[in-house]
Amino acid sequence: MNRAVRVLIPTGFGLNCEEETAAAFRMVGAEVDLVHLTDLFARRHDRKLTDYQVLAFIGGFSYGDHVAGGLVLATRIRAHLMLDLQSFLGNGGRVLGICNGFQTLVRLGLLPGPAEGSADFVPRAALANNDRLGYRDAWVTLAADPAARSPWTQGVGTMDLPTRHGEGKLIVESEALLDRLEAAGQVAFRYVDPSGKATEQWPWNPNGSARGVAGLTDRTGNILGLMPHPDAVLYPWHHPDWPRKKAQLERQEPAGLRLFRAGVSGI
Amino acid sequence: MPSVTRIEIGTRPGFTDSRGASTARKIREHLGLSVAAVRTRDVYLVEPGLPEADAARVAAELAGPVVRQGAVGRLDDGPFDVVVSVGYKPGVTDPVGKSARVCIEDLLNRPLGEEAHVYSGRMFLLSGCDADAAGRIARALLANEVIERVRVQTWAEWRGAPPDLETPRVVERAPHAVEAISLELEDAALARLSKDRLLALTLPEMRAIRDFFRREADAPRRKAAGLGPAPTDVELECLAQTWSEHCKHKIMNAVVSYSEEGAPPEEIRSIFKEYIRGTTRAVEQRIVAREGRSWLVSIFHDNAGVIEATPRYHLVYKVETHNSPSALDPYGGAITGIVGVNRDPFGTGLGSDLLSNVWGYCFGPPDHDAPLPATLLHPRRIRDGVHAGVIDGGNQSGVPYARGWELFDERFLGKPLVYCGTVGRMPVTAAGRPTHEKSAVPGDRIVMVGGRIGKDGIHGATFSSAELTESSPVQAVQIGDPITQKMMFDFLLEARDRGLYSAITDNGAGGLSSSVGEMARQPGGARLDVARAPLKYQGLAPWEILVSEAQERMTLSVPPAKLPELLALAKLREVEATDLGEFTAEPYLEVLQGERTVALLPMDFLHEGDPEMRLVAEWNAVRRPALQAMAMPATPEEGNALVRGLLARDNLRSNEDLCRTYDHEVKGLTVVKPWVGVHRDVPSDASVLMIAHDGDLTGYALAEAVFPTYSDADAHAMAQAGVDLAVRRVLAAGGRIDRIAALDNYCWPDPLEGPNNPDARQKLAALVRASRGLSEICVAYGVPLVSGKDSMKNDAVIAGKRISIPPTLLASAIAVVPDVRKALTLEASEPGELLYVVGDTRDELGCTEWAAARGVTGGEVPRCQPETFFERYAAVASLIRDGLVVAAHAPGRGGLLPSLFYMARAAGLGLGVELSKVPRQGRPGWEALLFGESAGRLLLVVRPDQAMAVEQRLGGVPTAQIGAFDDGDRLRIWLGGHALVDDRIDALAAAWKREGRQA
Repeated sequence: MNRAVRVLIPTGFGLNCEEETAAAFRMVGAEVDLVHLTDLFARRHDRKLTDYQVLAFIGGFSYGDHVAGGLVLATRIRAHLMLDLQSFLGNGGRVLGICNGFQTLVRLGLLPGPAEGSADFVPRAALANNDRLGYRDAWVTLAADPAARSPWTQGVGTMDLPTRHGEGKLIVESEALLDRLEAAGQVAFRYVDPSGKATEQWPWNPNGSARGVAGLTDRTGNILGLMPHPDAVLYPWHHPDWPRKKAQLERQEPAGLRLFRAGVSGI
Repeated sequence: MPSVTRIEIGTRPGFTDSRGASTARKIREHLGLSVAAVRTRDVYLVEPGLPEADAARVAAELAGPVVRQGAVGRLDDGPFDVVVSVGYKPGVTDPVGKSARVCIEDLLNRPLGEEAHVYSGRMFLLSGCDADAAGRIARALLANEVIERVRVQTWAEWRGAPPDLETPRVVERAPHAVEAISLELEDAALARLSKDRLLALTLPEMRAIRDFFRREADAPRRKAAGLGPAPTDVELECLAQTWSEHCKHKIMNAVVSYSEEGAPPEEIRSIFKEYIRGTTRAVEQRIVAREGRSWLVSIFHDNAGVIEATPRYHLVYKVETHNSPSALDPYGGAITGIVGVNRDPFGTGLGSDLLSNVWGYCFGPPDHDAPLPATLLHPRRIRDGVHAGVIDGGNQSGVPYARGWELFDERFLGKPLVYCGTVGRMPVTAAGRPTHEKSAVPGDRIVMVGGRIGKDGIHGATFSSAELTESSPVQAVQIGDPITQKMMFDFLLEARDRGLYSAITDNGAGGLSSSVGEMARQPGGARLDVARAPLKYQGLAPWEILVSEAQERMTLSVPPAKLPELLALAKLREVEATDLGEFTAEPYLEVLQGERTVALLPMDFLHEGDPEMRLVAEWNAVRRPALQAMAMPATPEEGNALVRGLLARDNLRSNEDLCRTYDHEVKGLTVVKPWVGVHRDVPSDASVLMIAHDGDLTGYALAEAVFPTYSDADAHAMAQAGVDLAVRRVLAAGGRIDRIAALDNYCWPDPLEGPNNPDARQKLAALVRASRGLSEICVAYGVPLVSGKDSMKNDAVIAGKRISIPPTLLASAIAVVPDVRKALTLEASEPGELLYVVGDTRDELGCTEWAAARGVTGGEVPRCQPETFFERYAAVASLIRDGLVVAAHAPGRGGLLPSLFYMARAAGLGLGVELSKVPRQGRPGWEALLFGESAGRLLLVVRPDQAMAVEQRLGGVPTAQIGAFDDGDRLRIWLGGHALVDDRIDALAAAWKREGRQA
């Protein structure tokens, strides 16, 4: 591997997964800068967005999820950072949005993003309240969609990882749009039941997302957003089965790390 | 009256309104009222109003695409029968309004201005119910009129009226001038003054203050400051805060004359110094003797206890209670409890990063159906509100919960107990300085950081030091704002690591008067100007500014050279920081209002001037009859029914779904989670967490225990049972037996003699006995008490009737885990593994969950034999260290039976147990063997090929192999071959989870 991939993790305003997300990217060999959003807004950070190859919108409770998850943060980013963000994307930069980060990307219109040919950033989807109202922290199983076309899903396969949200039910503008997203390979991950089939059933699908959709990419595949937390599965002993399945878990790379490794590969 | 813009956000037709659906379910299930449907809306009021075009943009932005719709003025999407509108009362913290304001300002790309306000509110559109029912629903479910205003309108009334533009703007009046208050009064008048001003000062204290001002009247320093002979209201309030039971722990420091059974009394100089600090000193001496040095870093003099953990980090731990406010406003009281205790580790030394939270609640029975006085909220309402508050406080702060428990008893109807705690991670050094030390010096600036000051929380400290009555002040209620605090903490960690301040402490009880008064002890004194303090609204008197407990505030001592950099960083991070004055070498706390001195209190009188409290304690043992034995189940079917019933009881049933609404793994450091096992639905003995992502695999284990009902027999047994189980739990998880520290949190019924407190002396005696028990067992186990707190007024006097809680000591243990990968749970991994019990079982059913289930009193309460127990724990700890144990578990409430169920359920295996093999002392019957809560016992899972080694190493310790795991799906329990229980484990689990029954 040549020069380390540079990852920017914006922090502050109630975001709170910086510690584990930074650890994850470092564990797969990336160089990580944690920068407070007020420094990015005020252009006080000594590096430009375009100096980075990966931008990670982390999980947390930006502005307490007040009004709606990710809403206030998205409004602030649109007001203070949108141009930088667009040139970053223009350079083929990769973006990861986890949980609150995914909500923010959807609010910004970056996911599912504009259709072929256009370049607008109009929100076309929402992450609504879970069908079973309220926040829930429980482990689920995700499967990368075989049709997915994104560096973030390459070789990731199936992941056990926790969901930790109250607003994760993906609702897109229309059935037709969801069909188009599936056809275009923009559905990155789905919740699956114990038999491995995509599911809308609780508890395997914690929010009731149609067709079990847990994560989306944009048309280019460079932007990935998902509700569950790969940043919570970095060591074999993160897995709830660790006490009973040490040997088996030690043999495989932790699921979360596989996703982060994919995200910094081929840059 | 400035104009107002009203914006309503609702769900678009065709999409589910989950919040409405869940509200409808609660109306039906909790209130037993019928309602056809509920729609909900969010309301935002912007004052002064916005231009039309802007208002429309804001409505669209707040709604977002697809699912929700917004409208300016009124969102009219079809009829309903009644609408309940809920908004905050003036002055109540409104975090949502605050965030909405940020959103609006960035959307419109302009500040709204100093005078502008954004308020949030909610609407519930009810169909299929009338106005009367709606009124009941509003009061019982949708709003708390202590902090919220409610409006109920029928469809016709709503249509007929214009959109409601009334905002909860605070009517700003001129502040009260500072007044001098003469104390030259008769005793009765002095006492009345204390009561009327909510000072919660006793008569001797009022006299001490009067006498002090007689002496001080002619002091030149006082005259020079232009103060008269009588104290100002600022001085009186400041003393009341500083001397409050809440801040001063006068009872724990009182001179107690103690006698047992009429024997001649002995004098205890101070319960705290004798039994808590004394215990820790004794334990520390043994640590030093053993290891040549101590691993206790900072104890007793700071906001939380600090112990060594790794070369880079110390661990900081504090547990608090927030009982009285939670009784009035469960949500606000509880969220303030959790974000408040977060500030303790943060205010320790130069500050700690927060790692994990713990919580525990004692409530009245959730299904309580007897009538309650109007001033008491229903226990279910309190329970729901407290959980919601601590969930929001923890989740929004990004701190996972590590431990949580609930306990239910009728005696908590009057006052719930709401325990909240936080573990912090303190870097050994920060900016080149030892982080556990503060170093405020004369000349340092007094800087207040975080939220603004309002009337919220005025008299919180003095109020919590008094019993709850109908006239308890609503301003004693604060509402925590986790996001404001999180942004403050992010800023402060940067400032700490850049060395921008020399000391930090939190503003909690007593507000600035406590935080500045405390910090001033190091440099000598302080001079602060309340006129500089940032206010939420005008109209606060100087004494109100000084004692307000408005949340999310820390006080810093900042070297003048660092001040500009600190203030600039704060501004950039959008955190408010204000220079209020300076620390001085003069031994005075001087409070100014602009140029004018409004308080001048010598530090020694402020902190040492309160008269010594002398109390009398008399212990008379409770005579307990033997517990009538119950016939042994003739068939396993009978036994199964008993067991299912026990597991479904409030105090044993699963509350997993509730616990999962708390985050337990943010930060990615959680290893042994609160819920474990094949189905991830069995409570772990202890949670085990890493300290950092720095490659160091050292971690820490947390556990706790509490047995309030044991106080019905003897508080000594109550205290020891708690410490013993907390210690057994961290040992079972693989914690180092020589690295366990404990926290003591006392919640007591008022032990001060008074007109309506006839048994005060027995309550105080219980405090002495509990403290002795605590001391004995901690010394025997080598466990130092590194932090603690006491709450002494857990009584409610309602309509003249006193409801007192049972004396309750929560013991919280924290242990260092050498390698988190080797931490244990209670999960067996394969059929054929053997189950051992270590420690004997005695005929101890008194005050147990089984006795409560049978509804019988009497019987021996479970008691500890600390020296004997510790020997066996040492033997077990060495087995675990050497990898001879597959899984371990400490039986607790409900005895062996719940433990056997948990272990089988967690392993996903069958389990067969023969009770006649259980080691015993005396003659325990089948009930004691199955349900007795005898302390000192551990269950171990051992591989067959290691059984011999384990038995050899446990020689001399009462130990027996009582069963084995199999590949079946049943729990089978025999006594001498007679089958007591033979049930499917999933059927037991269903009963335990009350599946098919309303939770």
